[in-house]
Amino acid sequence: MSSTQVNNRVVITGLGVVAPNGVGLEEFSKSIKYGTSGITFHQNLKDKGFSCCIGGIPKISEEKKLEYLTPLQLRGFNSTSILYGCIAGIDAWKDAGFSVDENSSLDYDSGLIFGTGTSGIEKFREAIYKIDDQKVRRLGSTSVVQTMASGISAYLGGILGFGNQVTTNSSACTTGTEALLLGFDRIKNGKTKRMLVGSSSDSSLYTWGGFDAMRVMSYKYNETPEKGSRPMSETASGFVPGSGAGALVLESLESAIERKAAIYAEVLGGNINSGGQRNGGTLTAPNAEAVQKCITDALLDAEISSSEIDAINGHLTATSKDSLEIENWTKALQRNGADFPYINSLKSMVGHCLAASGAIESVASVLQIKEQFIFPNINCEDVHSEISELISTDKIPTKMIQKELNIIAKASFGFGDVNACVIFKKYSK
Amino acid sequence: MLVLSLKNIQNKMTKEEIIIKLTTIVKPYIQNEEAFKNLTEATDFMSDLEINSANLVDIVLDVEDEFDIIIDNDSMEKMLTIKSVVEIIQEKQLA
Repeated sequence: MSSTQVNNRVVITGLGVVAPNGVGLEEFSKSIKYGTSGITFHQNLKDKGFSCCIGGIPKISEEKKLEYLTPLQLRGFNSTSILYGCIAGIDAWKDAGFSVDENSSLDYDSGLIFGTGTSGIEKFREAIYKIDDQKVRRLGSTSVVQTMASGISAYLGGILGFGNQVTTNSSACTTGTEALLLGFDRIKNGKTKRMLVGSSSDSSLYTWGGFDAMRVMSYKYNETPEKGSRPMSETASGFVPGSGAGALVLESLESAIERKAAIYAEVLGGNINSGGQRNGGTLTAPNAEAVQKCITDALLDAEISSSEIDAINGHLTATSKDSLEIENWTKALQRNGADFPYINSLKSMVGHCLAASGAIESVASVLQIKEQFIFPNINCEDVHSEISELISTDKIPTKMIQKELNIIAKASFGFGDVNACVIFKKYSK
Repeated sequence: MLVLSLKNIQNKMTKEEIIIKLTTIVKPYIQNEEAFKNLTEATDFMSDLEINSANLVDIVLDVEDEFDIIIDNDSMEKMLTIKSVVEIIQEKQLA
């Protein structure tokens, strides 16, 4: 395939998800429609003195693990991010109509970009304790592959037998959406036919601790965990940590048609940029101008006008930055009040799944297009006054809405002042 | 005293007894069931049992735990067949 002059249309043909409120598409889809929270109280957070003692952890049984990993792979295994990523990735690949067989022939037309923040942080802790105890040789062979950042892409690449690019990206809370757009570009430019994209994040107090120390996590709802994650709410008190993985199979339209694959939606385009930690941007705060430019550039890339957007799946973490995000959307789209699109935040149900958030939320966004609904925002009956001044509160549904949806914009923003925005469209020939 | 006498019993472990224990240890790592079923002293870990080379270090750790010995790097390099492992175990247990 020549990479010059190629401009493939890219569609989504498979989805997989491991979320605190649902493992697998069926359960997840049901949960987001009903507004089911996956946030629970965790005694170990309390025992360690966390201010925030609630979080979102997907439930995976030992039997379930054996459906995805061999007993040998599970020996000395202690990396939830790799586990979740493998489950979501394998599910997405099967959902796209492929079989998973360890003896399959090498597929040079399929690759993967699967991001994470850190990999196997509990395994890393194990290794540190052993090394400090002068038992470095007791690490065995399992430490490196579970703690290297690209552990998840290495596991999936081998399980699926991919021969195109197999890599891991990392850009904080933008990771999942960035992975999607990197895979999109690769197919669009004719470098491959298919890319499995996604991201995962560990369920671990060692991942979450630093955020607790920064006082950005919700600490007022330890007695009522399901009420704790409150994006856009007047009574929000920080984000609730979550974990899990999301995965999507991106494919050239040509390849999807050739395979007679079912198509969830089309990826029209998007944009990735950075605010450079200038003009108000810092390591931890966004440069508003760059956020707006990311959105407007995504519209340009997708060749649509802002008036065509039916719904937004925001980043909206439930920190004090939510109002600024809404303001950025209103400015970028030049739409406000009753003219503003519907907007929702999955974080109200699953918490902030950090590196995994962009991928899990993209899966939710694509499900909305496929099944033509807008999932509810829970815990925001009391919309923040700074937000209700900008947009009409009926654009922030608290009950599921069934609606004809053509285009959804999904954005993620991350530490390091990095942004990503992707435009999904209902598929039509 | 009890520890000493246990050590004594272990020292007298026959080759067959060692092989039985070794079989249990390598089982999770093997990728060729047929070769495993027909395991003999001459069986090679990598070429016959198709064990991933990275897993050899895990087998060494499991052997150390089971037989209460320490296997140094030089000995480890020789651990390629069932026979060589039996010899190393016997040697270390006598030491």
